[in-house]
Amino acid sequence: MLQPWVIALVALGYIGVLFAIAYYGDRRVTAGRSLINNPYVYALSLAVYCTAWTFYGSVGRAATTGVGFLPIYVGPTLMAALWWFVLRKIIRISKVNRITSIADFIASRYGKSTLLGSMVTLVAVVGIIPYIALQLKAVSISFTLLWHFPDLSLPPINTIPVLRDTGFYVALMMAAFAILFGTRHLDATEHHEGLVVAIAFESVIKLVAFLAVGVFVTYGVYNGFGDIFTQAAARPELRRLFTFGDSAHAFENWFWLTVLSMMAIMFLPRQFQMAVVENVNERHLNTAIWLFPLYLILINIFVLPIALAGRLTVSGPDVNADMFVLLMPMIKGNELLALFTFIGGLSAATGMIIVETVALSTMVSNDLLMPLLLRTKVLRPSEHQDLPSLLLLIRRAAILFIVLLGYLYFRLTGEALSLVSIGLISFAAVAQFAPAIIGGIYWKGGTRLGAVVGLVSGFLVWAYTLPVPSLVQAGWLEGNFVEQGPFGITWLRPYTLFGLSGLDPVTHSLFWSMVANIGGYLVASLIGPQSVIEHRQASLFVDVFKQVRRGEHIRLWRGTTSVPDIQNLLERFVGRRRARAALAEYARERGVTSVEELEADSELVDFAERLLAGTIGAASARVAIATVVTEEPLSIEQVIHMLDEASQVIAYSRQLEQKSHELEAVTAELRAANERLKELDRLKDEFISTVTHELRTPLTSIRAMAEILYDHPELDTNRRAQFLGIILKESERLSRLINQVLDFAKLESGMFEWHVSEVNLRSVVEEAVASTEHLFRERNVRLRVVVPAHVPTVEADHDRLVQVMFNLLSNAAKFAQDWVEVRLTLQGDVVRVDVSDNGPGISPEEQELIFEKFRQLSRGTRNRPQGTGLGLPISRHIVEHLGGRLWVESTPGAGATFSFILPVMVSEGAIAPVGVQSS
Amino acid sequence: MSNRTRPRRVLIVDDEPNIVISLEFLMQQAGYDVHVARTGEEAVELIQRLEPDLVLLDIMLPGIDGFEICRWVRENPAWDKVKIIMLTAKGRDVDIAKGFALGADAYITKPFSTKDLMAEVERVLEQA
Repeated sequence: MLQPWVIALVALGYIGVLFAIAYYGDRRVTAGRSLINNPYVYALSLAVYCTAWTFYGSVGRAATTGVGFLPIYVGPTLMAALWWFVLRKIIRISKVNRITSIADFIASRYGKSTLLGSMVTLVAVVGIIPYIALQLKAVSISFTLLWHFPDLSLPPINTIPVLRDTGFYVALMMAAFAILFGTRHLDATEHHEGLVVAIAFESVIKLVAFLAVGVFVTYGVYNGFGDIFTQAAARPELRRLFTFGDSAHAFENWFWLTVLSMMAIMFLPRQFQMAVVENVNERHLNTAIWLFPLYLILINIFVLPIALAGRLTVSGPDVNADMFVLLMPMIKGNELLALFTFIGGLSAATGMIIVETVALSTMVSNDLLMPLLLRTKVLRPSEHQDLPSLLLLIRRAAILFIVLLGYLYFRLTGEALSLVSIGLISFAAVAQFAPAIIGGIYWKGGTRLGAVVGLVSGFLVWAYTLPVPSLVQAGWLEGNFVEQGPFGITWLRPYTLFGLSGLDPVTHSLFWSMVANIGGYLVASLIGPQSVIEHRQASLFVDVFKQVRRGEHIRLWRGTTSVPDIQNLLERFVGRRRARAALAEYARERGVTSVEELEADSELVDFAERLLAGTIGAASARVAIATVVTEEPLSIEQVIHMLDEASQVIAYSRQLEQKSHELEAVTAELRAANERLKELDRLKDEFISTVTHELRTPLTSIRAMAEILYDHPELDTNRRAQFLGIILKESERLSRLINQVLDFAKLESGMFEWHVSEVNLRSVVEEAVASTEHLFRERNVRLRVVVPAHVPTVEADHDRLVQVMFNLLSNAAKFAQDWVEVRLTLQGDVVRVDVSDNGPGISPEEQELIFEKFRQLSRGTRNRPQGTGLGLPISRHIVEHLGGRLWVESTPGAGATFSFILPVMVSEGAIAPVGVQSS
Repeated sequence: MSNRTRPRRVLIVDDEPNIVISLEFLMQQAGYDVHVARTGEEAVELIQRLEPDLVLLDIMLPGIDGFEICRWVRENPAWDKVKIIMLTAKGRDVDIAKGFALGADAYITKPFSTKDLMAEVERVLEQA
């Protein structure tokens, strides 16, 4: 038998350890080595979900309803799978907006509404107080049980004086702990590191304790799982615990309980506190997503064995199945394990109470009292200089108040309700936050009005269908409306609203409250318009993952304020040192050297409001800011105007961007054009250099011959004639060269004058042959001309074609051995002219080169050809201009054939194909 | 004029027949032993065979060009006494500089004055 002082001493010792751990955790932060920047600590701290309710209540529920305890853990496990999408978004939103609690989150989302903030706070407090009471009850009962053993019946709670009730002392110690480690700083977004570490530690203790009992019962008392289940199966009243139950609505109950706990794991204030507010790194979620469900599985493995063992071992109407966990080691005489189990239950209870009260106190101070105080002018400037201390005082008082309220509730309700029922009532209360939050982060259309209507309707239905009837049943309220319905209206009976019967009360309540809540939220959101600030907050929340580019963020705000006013306000709420440091940092970011140089613009107001929000919540921060800022109400027209201006600025900057792209493109084009011009310039230089060289050559002969003739009058007549002949020939060459250079320049620049008419190629060939006859005669080259009698006309410039023919013929004459042949043929719709010689031919590499200007080939003759190097390029130019083609075919050593084709002119009357016409 | 018994041997290298005719006439009038090459290859062959006292060298030649021939002659110490006068239509400063750098003794641009040409020929041959 354990002495009460031993139990008390151990309990005190454990709480002392807790204080030490929390203190160490806080010290580590100051030393710059945070313990909570660790995914495992984060995941374990989430296990604050498992309270005394889990520790004792699961077994209690399993002992009466079998597997019915499971949905409470299936729900969170399912939810954990969605955390990466839902919880991560909530965490991101909260970090960006410096959210301090779940009330702050909802208020902030719906236009920083103080009304919503205080409503959420009230719902949370009302909903959670029984839950805290539950923890105290568990501690109190377990202590009493341990003390009075082997008497298994518990004395009624109201027979124990308050001052001798362990629950009372535990309540006081938890309040002290929460005050010490939960309200050290003012800025709630600065994390409570010591607290989190202590909670993680508690999670380990309660898990180990529960597993120890489980192993002891399963393997110490019985021979493993199989043994327990076999023995239990032999008892008909226990066998049904293995199944889903015979109720017609068993599956509905399961489903709704699972949904309920899915919402609870997200929206219980303590879960929000641990998972969102105390989160230091989003990536810790990765670990929590698997570690937390694993924790739940571990703590549930032995629930059924312990419950069955309890039922097999203990019996009697007085026995509270909730206490099987503690009873089993005691009955089996293992006092040490019993003590450890008691500590496990204590840790489960204290963890919940501490975190819950810290979360609730933040909500009470930020969302309930602050707006009230700000509005009633208690906190007007100059009246209260030490606001940070006042705020902390409020929070500490709130903690004490809530804990004591919980204790009061526990004392008053007594044993009327089991642990699990109380817990589920709380779950159903916080589930009322779900539509506003889930809707708020995914649907921009959700409005403040919608959230208020939804929350109020949901809460009222919840109150009417769960706590009120339970209070009536506990004998607290007079009346028989639970059975009869109010005023005898049967379809308003709280447990079977609108005739919906068969579900258990929690499922029934959850169903109707969700119908009312979601319905109210949707309908009210759809009918009412959103204010400007609601709209802004909605986009801020829903689009939190979309990066807003600096400068494109539109501020829909207009008002006047002054920097000293803002500074003064900040100093009062967050303390002089922190306010100055924050403003100096802000000034540095804005690129000014001192706070005095800051502009009192909307950005500064925004910054100040955010800073305040971290301390007193978004809604209160807005009220506080309003005391120093004269805000001009914005009409819809003004908003549209501002949006218009902003979109114009954006459009203008886009235009500028586009213009600069265009300029870049133009620059690139200019650069390319410049390169081309340089290249052309180089080509022109080369051209001039070549032309002058070509001009100098005949000029040299002319000058030399002229000087010789002048200096040597004695020369004989033959010599004189020869030299004069040279002068004449070279002069002709010079003139030809000059003409061709001019022609070529004109051709290249497009200034060439064309006289296009119907031309008969036959006459062109004949003319050219006539004017080159002397060349052939001089060189003794035979010329053969093959031209058909009838040649269709082509559209061309007669003189230019003669020039082409002349060039080709004189070239041929120069290079031919002894014959040249001109052949004119008709090929379909083109006329073809070939000029062949039996000269040395042209190598394939040179066949294209000869069409470049000033390219002359010696073609192996001893004498350099007397050309200008422009004849062929000019000829090709002319033919191509007239729509034809000029080319050369040659085999070195076997002569060359220059050919060109020109399209036959289709006269307007001749519709028949050219081929037919020419056949 | 020199009082040597053998007349100075001059090699004309040019591919323009009419220029060759005028140069040939001028050199014969001055009493030199005149030879003519119309391509680079021919010039190389004649230089090796005749070892002329002077080469009147055009640059733009079919085959091996004048610059090449000049370099080739100067690379062989045996022909140090062979004088080279570049006679060309290439009148740019860079061409002239290149000619002298390759070892030409004079550089005359076409069209030339026959008197200047003859004076230059005599001056160069005097140096020998």
